[in-house]
Amino acid sequence: MRSFSYERATSPGAAAAAAAGTANAKFIAGGTNLLDLMKLEIETPAHLIDVNGLALDRIDETADGGLRIGALVRNTDLAADRRVRRDYAVLSRALLAGASGQLRNKATTAGNLLQRTRCPYFYDANLPCNKRKPGSGCAAIGGFSRQHAVIGASEACIATHPSDMAVAMRVLDVVVETVRPDGATRSIPIADLHRLPGDSPEIETTLQPGELITAVALPKPVGGTQAYRKVRDRASYAFALVSVAAIVQGDGTGRVALGGVAHKPWRVEAAESELPRGAKAVTARLLADAKPTKDNAYKLPLAERTLAAVLREARG
Amino acid sequence: MRFEHPATFNPIDQLKVIGHPTSRIEGPLKTTGTAPYAYERHDVVPNQAYGYVIGSAIGKGRIAAIDLEAAKGAPGVLAIVTAENAGKLGKGERNAAPLLGGPEIAHYHQAVAIVVAGTFEQARAAAQLVRIDYAKGDGRFDLAAGRDEAIAPHPSFGGPADTAVGDFAAAFAAAPVQLDATYATPDQSHAMMEPHASIAAWDGDKLTVWTSNQMIAWGAEDMAKTLGIPRDNVRLVSPYIGGGFGGKLFLRADVLLAALGARAARRPVKVALQRPLMFNNTTHRPATIQRIRIGAERDGRITAIGHESWSGNVSGGEPETAVSQTRLLYAGANRMTATRLAALDLPEGNAMRAPGEASGMMALEIAIDELADKLGIDPVALRIANDTQVDPEHPQRKFSQRQLVQCLNEGAARFGWSKRNPKPSQVRDGRWLIGMGVAAAFRNNLVTKSAARVRLDRQGRVTVETDMTDIGTGSYTIIAQTAAEMMGVPLEEVSVRLGDSDFPVSCGSGGQWGGNNSTAGVYAACVKLREAIAQKLGFNSAEAVFADGVVRSGNRSVSLAQAAAGGDLVAEDAIEYGDLAKTYQQSTFGAHFVEVGVDADTAEIRVRRMLAVCAAGRILNPKAARSQVIGAMTMGVGAALMEDLVVDKRHGLFINHDLAAYEVPVHADIPHQDMIFLDETDPISSPMKAKGVAELGICGVAAAVANAVHNATGVRVRDYPITLDKLIAAMPV
Ligand SMILES: Cc1cc2nc3c(=O)[nH]c(=O)nc-3n(C[C@H](O)[C@H](O)[C@H](O)COP(=O)(O)OP(=O)(O)OC[C@H]3O[C@@H](n4cnc5c(N)ncnc54)[C@H](O)[C@@H]3O)c2cc1C
Ligand code: SF4
Repeated sequence: MRSFSYERATSPGAAAAAAAGTANAKFIAGGTNLLDLMKLEIETPAHLIDVNGLALDRIDETADGGLRIGALVRNTDLAADRRVRRDYAVLSRALLAGASGQLRNKATTAGNLLQRTRCPYFYDANLPCNKRKPGSGCAAIGGFSRQHAVIGASEACIATHPSDMAVAMRVLDVVVETVRPDGATRSIPIADLHRLPGDSPEIETTLQPGELITAVALPKPVGGTQAYRKVRDRASYAFALVSVAAIVQGDGTGRVALGGVAHKPWRVEAAESELPRGAKAVTARLLADAKPTKDNAYKLPLAERTLAAVLREARG
Repeated sequence: MRFEHPATFNPIDQLKVIGHPTSRIEGPLKTTGTAPYAYERHDVVPNQAYGYVIGSAIGKGRIAAIDLEAAKGAPGVLAIVTAENAGKLGKGERNAAPLLGGPEIAHYHQAVAIVVAGTFEQARAAAQLVRIDYAKGDGRFDLAAGRDEAIAPHPSFGGPADTAVGDFAAAFAAAPVQLDATYATPDQSHAMMEPHASIAAWDGDKLTVWTSNQMIAWGAEDMAKTLGIPRDNVRLVSPYIGGGFGGKLFLRADVLLAALGARAARRPVKVALQRPLMFNNTTHRPATIQRIRIGAERDGRITAIGHESWSGNVSGGEPETAVSQTRLLYAGANRMTATRLAALDLPEGNAMRAPGEASGMMALEIAIDELADKLGIDPVALRIANDTQVDPEHPQRKFSQRQLVQCLNEGAARFGWSKRNPKPSQVRDGRWLIGMGVAAAFRNNLVTKSAARVRLDRQGRVTVETDMTDIGTGSYTIIAQTAAEMMGVPLEEVSVRLGDSDFPVSCGSGGQWGGNNSTAGVYAACVKLREAIAQKLGFNSAEAVFADGVVRSGNRSVSLAQAAAGGDLVAEDAIEYGDLAKTYQQSTFGAHFVEVGVDADTAEIRVRRMLAVCAAGRILNPKAARSQVIGAMTMGVGAALMEDLVVDKRHGLFINHDLAAYEVPVHADIPHQDMIFLDETDPISSPMKAKGVAELGICGVAAAVANAVHNATGVRVRDYPITLDKLIAAMPV
């Protein structure tokens, strides 16, 4: 770990301004991802801005009947919130499928959205990785890629986004609220928050330098039967091989997003019109341009079968 | 004491303390966090500095240049040791690759430097400033590719490279039912909780290392040899060990680098191998490719059995002796085994959790299940039909005890084996496909010299000292039970001090030899102490009875405290073994029964029920032994379903080198586990009439899981681990 300076932010605007005004600065929330990466010198911030003191740890009802989740609401508290469990069950289930109790106690809403990939090559600084060291190559291509992306990947990077929570948020169409260094705020639909790797996999979101996430807004409840199904080799404390977040309405329509298959939570709205025709038809559209590796080709039938199971259960 | 003849009645047979399910005597220290592990020995020596280990960034090649300038100037740095400035180093008897690499690099993450600084953070930060230029060489990282050039090694452990009895080829060719299948087991990591950790301190030319090591004498000897100093100048202390599983049998880089760092920094230095280094820097269980051929009559009797195994290792490393159990487990007149070793440039493969046996049983016990399928015979019945009470290669040599059949029958009855549908993929419970599997458990009992010192003091307390280790197994407790039984005192009157090279040399902990041999050594020392006490009191030692803290002979009785009133009475002795291990085959047996559910949609595999029935000589402490077996069963589930060090064959390393990527079972993976011991005492084994227990528990488990998966799904996976991607294509639509 490199030595770094540290400050406690006093307001969201000040935090963003400080981040833009200090070279190589980063926010730190729960630290469950950032600190691990700093110890390995995969992240090397020179300055940390601790946002834990900001009063962004509330879940409030919004005027349009939704919920605004503060950026610092801990994963444990979000999953346990009565309104979330009742109206956004997919989110609660996704959170509880992630990490462990201890980690969820620390992990924050914003930190979870911005957690970095679990590609093993990203974690080993001796090996090429365009995400860690732009231009060095991608060791996962032609290497061990059982966990990697099957769709939306590039010649530069085939990593996946590891978050469970983000997949549920994608299916719920949340809006990410931010404040920028100049004090301006904006709202980013979650579909636009994460980027595909393209030829710059080191740039993972559309956030601008210094831009601070302040909240995530859940639209008013959409009803339906909500499910989150996470498939993994061991029963707990493992990242998803494939996950399915789904909201299925009584009339057979609904929404689907996949985790573990791409550089971002994977949702293709057009594919959802196939829902009444079943999982095969949906995944045919959803994963139409999939380019799996030899190691991860299993994810295609797995995604379809998992979706089929979810739909079957949702429809009783 | 020489043990040459089967044991007769002795004080251990009283079973006043031995054989009771006593809780671990050091348990309160563990559960309150007060058992001091190596890295936490802040108390032992002042002024400790911190070492951070740098591992090689390449799998094979040379260091072209090292630039230490920037790192040396970093805050707090006291010293940096590399092969260039370490002085001449030897190599331990039991190390293959040098523990400090350079300029030649033998494997990925081979230690190439240690940075010593005033704090851990300073050492870690400075380590990143060390610039090393490597000249990458061509390495061999693919076992399958190296298979054809594999050689017949001369293993120092296990049997010869080739064994043959009768005419295997002809008998196999003539057999009406034949099985010929090839299996693969992956490289695996010990993944113990406590990483290798040491604090080293020099006092003149004398070195003391507080460390975490299973075999104190081996470690001290190899440390002296590596440093080129007299053995007597090295002291190793390792009273508490946070898991070893074979990974801490040997001197490893933490010990050497702490010593070199301390010498260079002129201060005590503590080192823990960083978790990401654990997988490539230390040893691991090597991958195997195993071909098994079995020929049988239609009634199930095996007429020919052949087992070949290929594994790889670095130069100087040994093969994984995966065929050894096949030589002994089942009858059959015509037999062959072959062990081959390929030259690889991966990290050193070595002992892990029943080395050889566990890997071999992973393949053999699937093969038997496959044969049962071909024959249409129940797999329990097939195993029973091929039981042998003698060493099949040397029929005059009997097993000292062999209750495999009893284990299978008892287990089948308790598990409800009769409810198993022999036809695969017939049983469902909601979305789960249900299957049952069985496998034999079989591990040999090894006898080896073990010494101890026992002291009686004027309070009547008994203190045992031996360099035996407790790696979480219960050594403290069974040693205390042995001394209490022998000296006729309550358990509370016994103190046990372990894991110090100043103490008499024991068998150490490994190969499931620790329990039986270390207690037998304590038995020997106690016999001597009883004689010394009797003599002191003028008693006839043959008649003296030690009970309730008192020695009695005829109508005289004297308390132990009184006997030692004039000063401590001390006795030291070792158990040494005669020929009984040659004239008898000593082994432990068991049967594993497993029920799995396979998700019909996702092919996720979850174990639902497990039962092990074991026969392993006298069980000195049923509670500790049970813990060992259920732990071993858990490891077997890991081996079956997830543990896999993935080789990147281009870069030459195990790429999933942390605990997020190398998965071992978590609580949610382990269902209700049941285990029972059959009554057994084995007088051939030792005066304790006990045998090894722990590693028996892992042998066969993975195959029982694999067989259950087959029964559930009809898919026969022959390369471990069995993961959903290998089943998904065969799942019902
Ligand atoms: C062993 C382990 C297992 C795990 N398993 C899972 C799993 O199964 N599923 C899963 O989904 N996750 C898993 N995780 C990941 C875990 O969910 C994340 O580490 C956690 O959510 C990150 O939140 P944090 O608050 O600790 O983030 P931090 O580590 O504090 O920050 C992460 C990133 O977000 C940035 N950041 C934080 N707050 C803000 C803000 N307000 N605005 C802008 N940027 C910000 C930081 O600068 C940093 O780049 C696991 C983690 C570990 C260590
Ligand atoms: S997949 Fe992405 S993260 Fe992984 S090695 Fe390639 S570039 Fe790096």
